[in-house]
Amino acid sequence: MANKKNKHSRRQFFSKTVPVAIGTIGGVGLVAQSCQQANNDEEKISLLSADGQLVEVNKSALTKVPYKPVPPDEARKGIPGKHFVMVVDLARCRNARKCVKSCDHHHQLTPDRPFIKVLRMQDNKTSAPYWMPKKCFHCDNPPCVKVCPVGATYKRSDGLVLIDNERCIGCRFCMAACPYSARVFNWGEPKHQDGDRPYSPETSIPSQVGTVEKCDFCPDMLRQNKVPHCITACPNGALYFGDRNADSVTNGSETVRLSTLLKDKAGYRYHEELGTEPNVYYLPPVDRSFPFKEAPEGQPS
Amino acid sequence: MKLDQKSSKMLAYFTSQMVKISKPGMVWLAIAFVFILGGLYALIVQIIEGHIVTGMRDNVVWGIFIANFIFFIGISYAGALISGILHLLRVEWRTPIIRIAEIITVISTLIGPAYILLCMGRLDRLHHLALFGRIQSPIIWDVLAITTYLIGSIIFLYLASIRDLAALRDYPFKSKWRNKVYKILAVDFNGTPKQNRYLDRSLDIMSAIIIPLAVLVHSVLAWIFGMTLRPGWHSTIFAPYFVIAAVFSGTGVLIIAMWVFRKYYKLESYITKIHFNYLGIILMILGALYAYFTFSEYLTSWYGSETWEMEVLYKLFNPNEYWWWFFFAAIIGVVLPIIVILIPKFRNINSITAVSAIAVLALWVKRYLIIIPTLEAPLLPLQDMRPEYIHYTPTLIEWLLTFAGVALFCMLFFLFSKFLPILPVVKADEGNYAQLRKTAMKRVIKRKVKETEKKESEKIKDL
Repeated sequence: MANKKNKHSRRQFFSKTVPVAIGTIGGVGLVAQSCQQANNDEEKISLLSADGQLVEVNKSALTKVPYKPVPPDEARKGIPGKHFVMVVDLARCRNARKCVKSCDHHHQLTPDRPFIKVLRMQDNKTSAPYWMPKKCFHCDNPPCVKVCPVGATYKRSDGLVLIDNERCIGCRFCMAACPYSARVFNWGEPKHQDGDRPYSPETSIPSQVGTVEKCDFCPDMLRQNKVPHCITACPNGALYFGDRNADSVTNGSETVRLSTLLKDKAGYRYHEELGTEPNVYYLPPVDRSFPFKEAPEGQPS
Repeated sequence: MKLDQKSSKMLAYFTSQMVKISKPGMVWLAIAFVFILGGLYALIVQIIEGHIVTGMRDNVVWGIFIANFIFFIGISYAGALISGILHLLRVEWRTPIIRIAEIITVISTLIGPAYILLCMGRLDRLHHLALFGRIQSPIIWDVLAITTYLIGSIIFLYLASIRDLAALRDYPFKSKWRNKVYKILAVDFNGTPKQNRYLDRSLDIMSAIIIPLAVLVHSVLAWIFGMTLRPGWHSTIFAPYFVIAAVFSGTGVLIIAMWVFRKYYKLESYITKIHFNYLGIILMILGALYAYFTFSEYLTSWYGSETWEMEVLYKLFNPNEYWWWFFFAAIIGVVLPIIVILIPKFRNINSITAVSAIAVLALWVKRYLIIIPTLEAPLLPLQDMRPEYIHYTPTLIEWLLTFAGVALFCMLFFLFSKFLPILPVVKADEGNYAQLRKTAMKRVIKRKVKETEKKESEKIKDL
């Protein structure tokens, strides 16, 4: 009953037992893996099979189809109608570093070269110190994209700046050009990586030796109408993510108007005078949720 | 090809030198070969392990490879600018040094870009530059400029060597392969008046082309840094600053090479004190210009005292960081040559060569100081626990590859002097050429006179 198309896309499919049907419910891909342990008492779900027939399968026989990230060529096109922005509320950050951890986990990064850095900032001697989570700013006038000799790093219509590590020649001009030190380089062979996954600039996995990487705003999540991993990982709701065109951002628990948030809390962009037009806004560290506490000894930045 | 007595004597001397390698020559060659082997080992290690074997990390993304790149492209100026300008100005004393200068240009333009390749993370994707090249990127400007420059300087060297190649073709060598190669390269040049005229004209055109090309190459190189938003790089005077620094170091290397070949081939009667003096004075003027640029650059950024700019300046002026290097590169390396050459009492062949060597070394250090302190001072605070991410130190691999480049330069230079006389043997037929131009001018004047006479007679008729 399974159609031939799937034979190539999903190897594990046939390594298991007899497949039953393929369908889509509520935007989530589901697949029946086995009907051998068919149990009449179990809850059944109606699915539309590939040849247009309605079939009933056991709920337990269904497994989620993992999201398949788009290939490099397709990743050059942005998600239509969107323009993604991030807002970081500095008043809510207490250097919990959960964003760094979840980012490292989902991008399969080792702790020695994270995409996110939480920096201890102090503008001058008399002003108060604060923690500043820093990712790629996905600038609208990106200095890195300008200087790339091969177009390996590019700007999309939805505001994202991504890297195609299959095209990157490793000249590191983009790293020299980025004033925010947002980029990391694979100086040696990357470790602990799932090399079997097909490469996509939208996941930045797998990494390749001799190429540049950076925070990508998790476009694979955005394509599934979800927010990047760091947003949901933050225990204090310090990170907001959203669409500038829709004027709305969310930190996972509350959704607010971007313009209102920036107006009420006097949002700013880091080093506006450089003319890079960042897409990450900061809310100044006033009325803090936590008192400032120095980092424990030996904590990597 | 017919040679006058002086040329045939020179040819006989040089050919006898070319077919043998003396003992000290062999020793030098062996040393250079060992260094090249060391570089090869380092190259293999780097290809296998990746750039992790270098001292470069995420902040200091460019290290001494880029310094070497700028250095070698810089010394290539010797041939391009010095010999180009001297040729166009018809400077009499240029003849014995012009070949050395042109060879420096070609060899260093070959070696310099190799360091860019060593710096690339993915050498296997070099063809991406052709497949996906973006003209907006200064790296592509650089690729285009340097390849054009390399081809231009090879043509220049070749054109300037054709007369000698023709003479060598007709010289009875013991080993026949030499005559065969020279025959191909001499392209039937026999020194006929027509050939001489064409050759001289092509040389004029090439030297006129090579001068702006050389200026462009180093400007583009400077723009790689100038186009970024970084203190110490993002400067409007960077292109002329680089050009002046390049001619300065190029002249220095030319003087050193003259000294070496003068000693090795015993050319005391050809390369005389006059040549060292004249080139020394050129070096001194360039040094003064270079000092002016350095002063202007650092005064402006210091006086403005912008926080980010100051971070780099503090590194350069801090005795615990780069101050002594900066002192050597920007002050000793410039002031010493100027003083020694300026005061006639100090001025002799050896002292001019010694200060040239200091200037060349200082210029290499200056390139290091342009690249590394700037990269060690990012805009956002550097809060890394790992010392190698904060401070750049070149590794053994990088030094091995650097010395291999210098050794390769010396070796190619030496081998080239065994293929072609290090001084032009056949003198350019300039007297003859001037004669031809005189007759041509006479012809033009005659025609003009005739025309005016005709016009006047017509006027008279009309009246």
